[in-house]
Amino acid sequence: MILPTVISERYKYPLIDIENMDKPIDVIHERIRDGNARVVTADQMPAIVADLGEEGALAEVDVVTTGTFGAMCSSGAFFNFGHSDPPIRMERIWLNDVEAYGGIAAVDAYLGATEQSTTRGITYGGAHVLEDLVGGKSVDLRAISKGTDCYPRRTLTTEVSLETINEAVMCNPRNAYQRYNAAVNTGDRVIHTYMGTLLPNCGNVTYSGAGVLNPLSNDPELLAIGPGVPCLLGGAVGMVVGEGTQHSPSRGFSTLMLTGNLKEMSQEYLRAAIMHGYGTTLYLGVGVPIPVTNLAAVRSTAVRDEDITVDVVDYGIPSRGRPTLRTATYADLRSGVLTLKGEEVRTSSLSSFRRAHQVADRLRDLVLQGEVPLRAPARRLALTRGAKPLQETTHAPRVREIMDRKIVAVREDDEIKSAAAQLLKGEINHLPVLDPEGKLVGIVTTYDISKAVVNPAKGPLVRHIMKQRVITTTADEPVDIAVRKLERYNISALPVIDNDRHIIGMLTAMDLGKLFGGRWLK
Amino acid sequence: MKLLVTFSRREGRRPIIAQVVKDTGVLINVVRAVIDSHEGEALIDIPDDQCEIVRKRMADLGATVRILEHAIILDEEECVDCGACISICSQEVFSFDAAWKIVVNSVRCVLCGHCVTACPHGALTQSEET
Repeated sequence: MILPTVISERYKYPLIDIENMDKPIDVIHERIRDGNARVVTADQMPAIVADLGEEGALAEVDVVTTGTFGAMCSSGAFFNFGHSDPPIRMERIWLNDVEAYGGIAAVDAYLGATEQSTTRGITYGGAHVLEDLVGGKSVDLRAISKGTDCYPRRTLTTEVSLETINEAVMCNPRNAYQRYNAAVNTGDRVIHTYMGTLLPNCGNVTYSGAGVLNPLSNDPELLAIGPGVPCLLGGAVGMVVGEGTQHSPSRGFSTLMLTGNLKEMSQEYLRAAIMHGYGTTLYLGVGVPIPVTNLAAVRSTAVRDEDITVDVVDYGIPSRGRPTLRTATYADLRSGVLTLKGEEVRTSSLSSFRRAHQVADRLRDLVLQGEVPLRAPARRLALTRGAKPLQETTHAPRVREIMDRKIVAVREDDEIKSAAAQLLKGEINHLPVLDPEGKLVGIVTTYDISKAVVNPAKGPLVRHIMKQRVITTTADEPVDIAVRKLERYNISALPVIDNDRHIIGMLTAMDLGKLFGGRWLK
Repeated sequence: MKLLVTFSRREGRRPIIAQVVKDTGVLINVVRAVIDSHEGEALIDIPDDQCEIVRKRMADLGATVRILEHAIILDEEECVDCGACISICSQEVFSFDAAWKIVVNSVRCVLCGHCVTACPHGALTQSEET
């Protein structure tokens, strides 16, 4: 057993200096008890500070409440279902056909918000199970086990609700991003992302986060928000556990790990959602009260939408290093229009500013009623950490590694008949068409030639029947991206070209078989 | 004002819309049209004061005409006022009011359906009759 003193000596995080608070939290509690406390929502602070000055605001305001309401994919809940008779050690578990992780003890499980139903696909997921439970509905519980001497039962099917099970504890690895980059798409087709539907050619900009009301934007130095601090989570008073995953305070992307009792939550602040073409997610209301104990708290809560800047990132590029087109503040984004490449582009949010306000309002009321046990963090959250990319020990295969380097091609002015002969000779179905300089100008398939035989009216030459719009790939492109192209355009081959459109190979559906030859599967 | 015109194509391929434009002199803006071998459906936009004359002539030519009033329906229970519908709508049907609540101006809707799939909360549906 490790003694608490040992922990504090080993601890690398600075402890919060409670002695140096100009207005100790105890005094704030006293004012709340006496009915003299002034609690305001974070959007009111800039005007109060402008009006009364920092010293005046410190004397006047006791607590600032924050709020945000948006998609928080990294959410879920632990359940303890209680033991059946005969008992079962639940190894695989489904709630309304959505699988929950069962590798924790006999009747515990963790259900993640983005897990999809095995029977209903994208239309129903973990988030929907959570909302159904919070809404008072019963859900089907199904579990299987191999059976042991102490847990002999092998299958179980029953109905459960929040009333009937022992515990339902929401525990979210990453919530309440300090801010979030806005999204745009420079590509030539509509894409469906976790940032919503993005129209081609910079047709729209989407963003997320409550800006002026965001909890961590009101405490970027992490002086007030940390482990043990209360929060409003899904409408229930919960608690900050610590740093969220991918917590990157050095880049202004702090996150929180939060917990709260699912049994006390309400649908007003917890909603399942479907991002079309992407998957299920959970919209959650999160708020954290910030006690105004000193001037630092006054200054940090006086933040305005204009002060919070994010990158506008191109989601049309399907790699980790997405380029930034410009920066914008939450005030810019909320104005509804952003100038991109000289053109006005409409913006819209994915998170609800109205509900964010409701979270902050609700939290203010609860603080005034003495329902929220304000306290300083048990320790300060890490201030220097950054999120690293995954170190991949096996790299994602590239087109060059599996493409067919043997090129059989024809010229525009070749006769269709000779193209047919080439196809037969090469035992292939796709013929790239090259201009005199060897650059790709079209493609002809066996299907095109069959059509030309049946209906010869178009003309006798390759250029009369070739497709000029050729979907291509490059040698460096990850195979996963080339495969998305094959699927999206319903085709079975891609010419591989270099920067000058010279053809250097072909990638066909056949080549993909090489991936399963054991080379990439370890 | 938008009218939803449906017509059968079994009795030959009469150019109904062109005929109505010629007969009434009203300039009809075809917003959307879906036409197959059996029937056609067109969403047209005309000035409000010329609705009756167009409607009557269309009916005379055998088309069914309906005024499109509530093209898109918002379920207040499901909507969380996020705004995902706003920037993807080319017709600017959706906007926020002063309290950041979604306002729907369905008169502008051309039934493209983009918002229905983009709404994360399934709060939008197209008018059932269409």
